Amino acid sequence: MSAALDSFAPSIAHLRTIATPAADYRVMPFGIDALDSRLGAGGLRAGALHEATSRSAALVDDAATTLFLAGIAAREAAGAGGPVLWASCRADLYAPALEQAGLPSANVIYAQPRDDAALLAVVEDAVRDGTPAAIVAEASKVSMVATRRLQLVAADADVPVLLLRRARGLNQDVFAEPSAAWTRWRIGAAPSERLGVAGVGRARWAVECVRQRGGEGFSLIVEGSDETGRLAVPAELGRGAAETAGTVRFAAA
Amino acid sequence: MPSRGVVEAQIAALPTHAQPPMRELGRRSEAASHPYKAATPAPRISVPAAKPLEHAPLALIDKVGRREEVVAACDGARALGVHPGMAATHARALVSDLDFRPAEPEADAALLDRLALLAVRRWSPIAAVSPTDGLWIDLAGCEHLHGGEERFCRRLLAFCRRAGFTARIAVADTPGAAHALARFGRGDLIRAEPGATASALAPLPIVALRLAPNALSAARRFGFETVADLLPVARGPLARRLGLPAITRLDQALGAVAEPITPREDAEVPLVERRLLEPIGTAEAIEQVMGDLLRDLAGVLQERGLGARALRLTGLRVDGTEQVVALGTSRPTREVPHLVRLLKLKIERIDPGMGLEQFWLVAPHTEPLDAVDLGAVLAGETLVRDPARLVDVIAGRIGPRAVFRVAPVESHVPERAVARSDPNETPGPWPKWPRPIRLFARPEPLARVMALMPDQPPRRFEWRGKTYKIVAGDGPERVHGEWWRREAEVWAVRDYYRVEDEAGGRYWVFRRGDGFEDDTGDLSWWMHGVFG
Repeated sequence: MSAALDSFAPSIAHLRTIATPAADYRVMPFGIDALDSRLGAGGLRAGALHEATSRSAALVDDAATTLFLAGIAAREAAGAGGPVLWASCRADLYAPALEQAGLPSANVIYAQPRDDAALLAVVEDAVRDGTPAAIVAEASKVSMVATRRLQLVAADADVPVLLLRRARGLNQDVFAEPSAAWTRWRIGAAPSERLGVAGVGRARWAVECVRQRGGEGFSLIVEGSDETGRLAVPAELGRGAAETAGTVRFAAA
Repeated sequence: MPSRGVVEAQIAALPTHAQPPMRELGRRSEAASHPYKAATPAPRISVPAAKPLEHAPLALIDKVGRREEVVAACDGARALGVHPGMAATHARALVSDLDFRPAEPEADAALLDRLALLAVRRWSPIAAVSPTDGLWIDLAGCEHLHGGEERFCRRLLAFCRRAGFTARIAVADTPGAAHALARFGRGDLIRAEPGATASALAPLPIVALRLAPNALSAARRFGFETVADLLPVARGPLARRLGLPAITRLDQALGAVAEPITPREDAEVPLVERRLLEPIGTAEAIEQVMGDLLRDLAGVLQERGLGARALRLTGLRVDGTEQVVALGTSRPTREVPHLVRLLKLKIERIDPGMGLEQFWLVAPHTEPLDAVDLGAVLAGETLVRDPARLVDVIAGRIGPRAVFRVAPVESHVPERAVARSDPNETPGPWPKWPRPIRLFARPEPLARVMALMPDQPPRRFEWRGKTYKIVAGDGPERVHGEWWRREAEVWAVRDYYRVEDEAGGRYWVFRRGDGFEDDTGDLSWWMHGVFG
C-alpha cells in the first residue's frame, strides 16, 4: 500500500504543477507559510493590483487595512530600493506610525490629489513612470474600467499597486462591485492576546482573502506588522485553528 | 532738480489746454512712484575706438565705394593733417611714416557688443549699442546705485581709460540729445540739465541730429548750419524742405517723439524656435512640435552643461495672440522623454484657435547639470532611484504643493511632530514611541469616561454615540505643553493611553491634566487617533 503511494507521489506532484497556472511573474511572498501556501503563486504577484477593504466602516478596521497594505509596500520597498508613493485625498495618515510599520519617511512620497479621478490618474502616471517600488492608493470611487487600467499598467511596469478601497456609503458593499484586481482582501482588527500583565499586546488582524486569481479564498488571524512590515501567525493558534472559512489547498498532501 | 510733487503742482497750476504731455517734460521729470522708474535721464556714452599711443601716428583705412579712404585716425595723425574721409594715397603722401592698418568693422562691432553686454549686466538693465561707435545706457532709476549721475560718469570714464579707450560721455533727457552731445559737444563729460535739452543742442551742427545725407545737403542749401537755425522754423515748410524723417530726428532729440532703447538681450537664456509651414491645431501635431523643440533645447543645454528647472512654451496663433504654457521641474534635467511627458500634460491648456504657426521654447531657469559619478554601483551597491522624475510627473498633474514628504519636527506634541517638506529631500526618523496610524486633526471629546485617577487608562467611554468597554490599556505617556509657544500651554499636560476594547479596536486617548494639579488641565478625555 505504502509502496503504491510512493510510486504515485511523483505523479501527483507532476499533476499539481500542471494544474497550477504557470507563474512566470515576480511574486512578493509574505514570508509566513500560513499565508503564502494559500496564495496561488506562493505570494502576491508583484506586477498587479491588489485591493483591500476594511471589514466595517469603523476607523479601527480602516487603520488595520492601512497598516496591512503599508506592510506589503514596506517589504517591497526594502528590496527594490525605490520610494513608495502614497496617494490619498485625506490628510489623517500619521507618518511616525507608518515608520513603525516599516515605511520610514525617507521612503515615502505623499500625493494628495483633490478627488478620486485625479488620484487614479496620478497612480497611473506613477506606475508608467516606474520609479516607485510600490504604490498605495486610498480611493472610494473606483470603476471596473479604472481597476482594469490599473491592473494592466501594473502588470506592464511590474509595480505593485495596493488599493485601499473604501465604501462610498454606509450601505455600499465594495465586494459586490466587479474589479479586475488580482487579489481582494477584507481586513479587520481582532482582539490581541491578553498579556499576563496590564497592557496591550501585539496587534492582530482578521485577514480574509475574498478573491484571488489562481486560488481560493481563505481567512485567518495574523499578528500585525513589525517594524520591517512582516506579519506573523499567532503562536497558540494551530494551523487548523487559524482557519475559519474556505478550504485549504492541498489539504490531502 | 524739482521733486515730483513740485512738478505736479506746477503742471496742475496751468490751464488744462496748456498742460504739457509727459514727453515734453523729458524723462527726468516723469512722475513715477516706483524707485526703479524714478525720474532720471537717459544718457548715452560714446566710446570711440582710438588709442592715444606713444608711437607712430596710426590711421585705419577701408574701402569706401571704389576708393580707399582713411576711416579713423589717432590724435597724432590728426595733428599731422590726416582726417577721416581723406583718400588713403593722399594721407600716405602727407605723412611718410604713417602706420596704416585695415579697418575691421566686424571686430569693432563684436567688441562694442561685448561692452553693451557688460553694461547690461553691470550698470543698467537697458543698454544698447548705438551704431557704429557708441553705447546707449538708460540711467533712469539706476544712477543712485552708482552714486549719482556725475559720479557714475566719472567712474565710467576711468573704466574706459583703464580698458584703453578714449571715451566721451553725455547725459541728457533724450537718447537723441545724448547722442548728439557725446559726439559734437565740448569736453569728455557733458551733462545737459533737465529741461534744458533745446539750449544744449542749439549750438551743435545739424549733423549731430543723425540726418540722412540728402537731408544734410538740403539743409546746407537752405543755409541751416546749427540746430539753433532749425528751432524757430515752422514745422510744415521744414518738413517739405528736409523731409519728414529729419523732423522726426529733431523731435526725438528734443523729446517730443519717444525713442525707446531696445536693450541688448542677455542671451544666457536658452531659447529654441520652430516656424511652421502650415498652422497646426491638433494635439498630435502640437506634441510633435514639442518633441522637436525639446530635442533642440536639450542640445543647447547639453552644450552649456545646464539642466532646465523651468520651461516656457509660447505658441503664436494666426490671429496674433500668444498661447503660453509653463512647467517646472524639481531637479535640473534635459531628459527629452521626461520633459515631453510633462509638456504633454499641458496640451489641453493650449487653445489653438484657427491654428498655431510658430513656437518658442525658453528655459528661463536653468541650473548646472553635469555628469554624476555612480559611486560604488559597479562594486555591487544598489542604486537608489531618484524620485525627481516621479515628483515632476505628479506635480504636473496635481500641482507642486500636492506632492510632499513628511519630515520630523522636534516636538513631543503629536500633531506638531510632522511637517510637509520637499519631496526630493530625505527626512530623518522619529522617536520610537507607539503612535496611531490615523491621527485626528482635532481630538474628539469622549463622554462618560470611567477611569481610576490619577494614572489608570479608562475602563469605559462613549465616543461618537457608542459605548466602548476597554479590556487592556498602556500608559500613561505624558506630554507637556510647550511653554515657549503660548501662555495657555505653560502648565498644560496630556496623559496619553493606548487602549483596546472588547472587539479588538485599539485607540489612542488622552486626558487633559495630570490628576494632581488643577492648572494642568480640566481632566477631560479625548480621542486622538486609532491604531491598526
